[in-house]
Amino acid sequence: MARQISSPIELKTYAEEVCKKKERWEMVIAVCGGTGCSAFGSYDVRSAFTKEVEKLSLSDRVLVKMTGCHGFCEKGPVTIIYPWQYTYVSIKPEDVPEVIEKTIIKKELVDRLLYRDPVTKQRIKHNNEIPFYAHQKRLVFQHNGHLDPTSIDDYISVGGYQALAKALFEMTPEQVLVEVEKSGLRGRGGAGFPTGRKWRFCRNSPGSEKYIICNGDEGDPGAFMDRSVMEGNPHSVIEGMIIGAYAIGATKGFVYVRAEYPIAVKYTRLAIEQAHQYGLLGENILGSGFSFDIEVREGAGAFVCGEETALIASIEGKRGMPRPRPPFPAVSGLWGKPTNINNVETWANVPLIINKGADWFASIGTAESKGTKTFSLVGKINNTGIVEVPLGITLREIIYDIGGGISGGRKFKAVQTGGPSGGCIPEWLLDTPVDYERLTELGSMMGSGGMIVMDEGTCMIDVARYFMKFLSEESCGKCVPCREGIDRALDILTDITEGKGRKEDISLLEELGEVLKDGSLCGLGRTAANPVLSTIKYFRNEYEAHINEKKCPAGVCKALITFSIDEEKCKSCGKCAKVCPTKAASGKKKEPYKIDKEKCIKCGLCRESCKFGAVIVS
Amino acid sequence: MADMVELTIDGIKVRAPKGTTVLEAAREMGIVIPTLCYYPGLTPYGACRLCIVELIRGKRSSLDASCTLPVSDGMVVFTNSERVKKVRKVILELLLSTCPNSKVLQDMAANMGVTKVRFKIKDRGCILCGLCVRYCKEQMQSGGIGFVGRGTSRKVGTPFEMTPAECRNCNGCEWICPVCMRACRAGQLVEGICGGCLNVAVVETCPVCVKCSESVGPEGHRAYGK
Repeated sequence: MARQISSPIELKTYAEEVCKKKERWEMVIAVCGGTGCSAFGSYDVRSAFTKEVEKLSLSDRVLVKMTGCHGFCEKGPVTIIYPWQYTYVSIKPEDVPEVIEKTIIKKELVDRLLYRDPVTKQRIKHNNEIPFYAHQKRLVFQHNGHLDPTSIDDYISVGGYQALAKALFEMTPEQVLVEVEKSGLRGRGGAGFPTGRKWRFCRNSPGSEKYIICNGDEGDPGAFMDRSVMEGNPHSVIEGMIIGAYAIGATKGFVYVRAEYPIAVKYTRLAIEQAHQYGLLGENILGSGFSFDIEVREGAGAFVCGEETALIASIEGKRGMPRPRPPFPAVSGLWGKPTNINNVETWANVPLIINKGADWFASIGTAESKGTKTFSLVGKINNTGIVEVPLGITLREIIYDIGGGISGGRKFKAVQTGGPSGGCIPEWLLDTPVDYERLTELGSMMGSGGMIVMDEGTCMIDVARYFMKFLSEESCGKCVPCREGIDRALDILTDITEGKGRKEDISLLEELGEVLKDGSLCGLGRTAANPVLSTIKYFRNEYEAHINEKKCPAGVCKALITFSIDEEKCKSCGKCAKVCPTKAASGKKKEPYKIDKEKCIKCGLCRESCKFGAVIVS
Repeated sequence: MADMVELTIDGIKVRAPKGTTVLEAAREMGIVIPTLCYYPGLTPYGACRLCIVELIRGKRSSLDASCTLPVSDGMVVFTNSERVKKVRKVILELLLSTCPNSKVLQDMAANMGVTKVRFKIKDRGCILCGLCVRYCKEQMQSGGIGFVGRGTSRKVGTPFEMTPAECRNCNGCEWICPVCMRACRAGQLVEGICGGCLNVAVVETCPVCVKCSESVGPEGHRAYGK
């Protein structure tokens, strides 16, 4: 029911009302609707639950709802049953009748759907006992597992918009600003600029019309933290933006989301509409006299539009191209007006700081990096998913305690943090605490929070080449170092992976990397060399093996490897011959098989299929 | 009199009007900073990055393009430090690898001591400095040409690859091109940018054709007497 809330007291009464309404549900089945789980078919699971609940006429007692990302994408679809918080993983529509019958009606557990600890082999009942969750500190994501992102009532029932009421009625804009400054919150989009200081620049800029922007143009391969916030709890971002606007003195806000995130766009639009209906957005918010409005703008999917000046150009309807700074957006941004841009996660942190205070926030994290940070943990790891950890935690804890180590029993080789322009960090530096400064010291960066784990079967030159290819395609092409520099670095790396590397290539790459860092116009070019420079720094021997010995130690670069069969290990099972697409692998019963090097296209299928490890790559 | 700020360029204290750039201030002093995408009267663009200078901030220093860097009080700038020279040379190498036949670039290379290009040559015939685009838009108020595409596939073009109605056939795009490449391909320009050259009469003025932009016509360059 839409209603206008016109004072903080009304908001409180309404929150109580909503909470009371929620009490009528004896049980809530929360199915994860996040990116990973919906790919695993969570929408079908949800419909199965709804159907079953209706069939057994339980719909007045049991609520089935779709929530935002729970984070544990590896075991999707994840379903949590409240009030007991029983957590079922990898659930399928076929399992639904059993869950309803056993858990909902008989209040028993369905053992086989519970998470099984790979170490202790024990089944775990509750999500907060699963190691993946137990080592996290979920603040931005605290409500993701149980809130319906399409319902403002749900958000209000957990204390939503209370921070806004507090800011508007108990604090002056200056006090809000000081609070954010004191909290030590830093930009979660990558560069880590202190948020409070950024706000102050914009606030102090002359001009009556000011804008704020939420940067939701998350374009890193393998990263979906901001998406999960927008799809799981869009109201937290909107609340943060209104508080920010109040502190800065902005009149209008924009949420810039990439069009590839249709659900995020839909939910954010819906959230804005609902906030409008409730009088939490628009003219005279909560009767405070403060007016502010938000509009959603869709990006057309260019990586460079995550750069603030390019993003502003894109909102203005121009080509998404960065421009030189100064003037900084805080002085002259959107349509020449003072503009403040923050990342989705930064905005979502603001209500937390206002609610619980700067001191509480500053107590989490390290001396220079406060609070928590979300990461999307992907790659060759057992528990892929979205994690949120206090800053200062070591990479080892994230990868082994939360991530559950490397999949397939293989050995860890490197972790790349910070998206395509982050660096690769080797095993011996895993005990480094994760904060802005330490990661930059290692030649990587915090970035928006991508974390790609690589195992021993990864060739680091191939990895560097992949990221250079991505960046060469995503560079806007304006400045010479970025456009031509990345392209030439890609050429050199391609030559090395094809066995055409020259001795001087490593030093040339290093020189080119420095030029990219120093000479490029925007952050894209300035950080683009990180994957190359960090792999040279930590894995120089691999570069040397490729160039001098024409060998790929990881067995990845096709031009440098040959496949053969170890005659002693081969059991003549014929599996390799069966999977070989070119019939290069062949043999007779009771005789070791052979691979015809002429026919072999080095696809690696035989190696994967061989149970005895008889296929050798050299 | 406009507000003045005081800054230090290459160790010399200078005063420059507020709102001007470091490049302008340095050139006023007679300091040579190479540029390609800069042209007085057009909006600074900061794309070629040849005009980079070293900016000292306390104990740290950074490089920035001087054509887009506004002067400010107490600024300390070095226009030709070792770091600047090193980066500039590599940028020039990159430029040469995209336009190896450009005389302007070759001259610059000779001046800076760049004697070889270590990168793969990919003759694109254009350094995408954007001078023609800005000239067309800002000086001719036309906007007939613009950028198409992204990254290495970025190029200067016209809408739908047709000569646009906005084109005033002024030939300015060819005249302003710093690498002469537009002009040197005049014969095929109709496929190149706007096709404006087709309306320009043949001018036969030069004694020995060095393929400059002066004698561009529908048949291309002509040496005197031919």
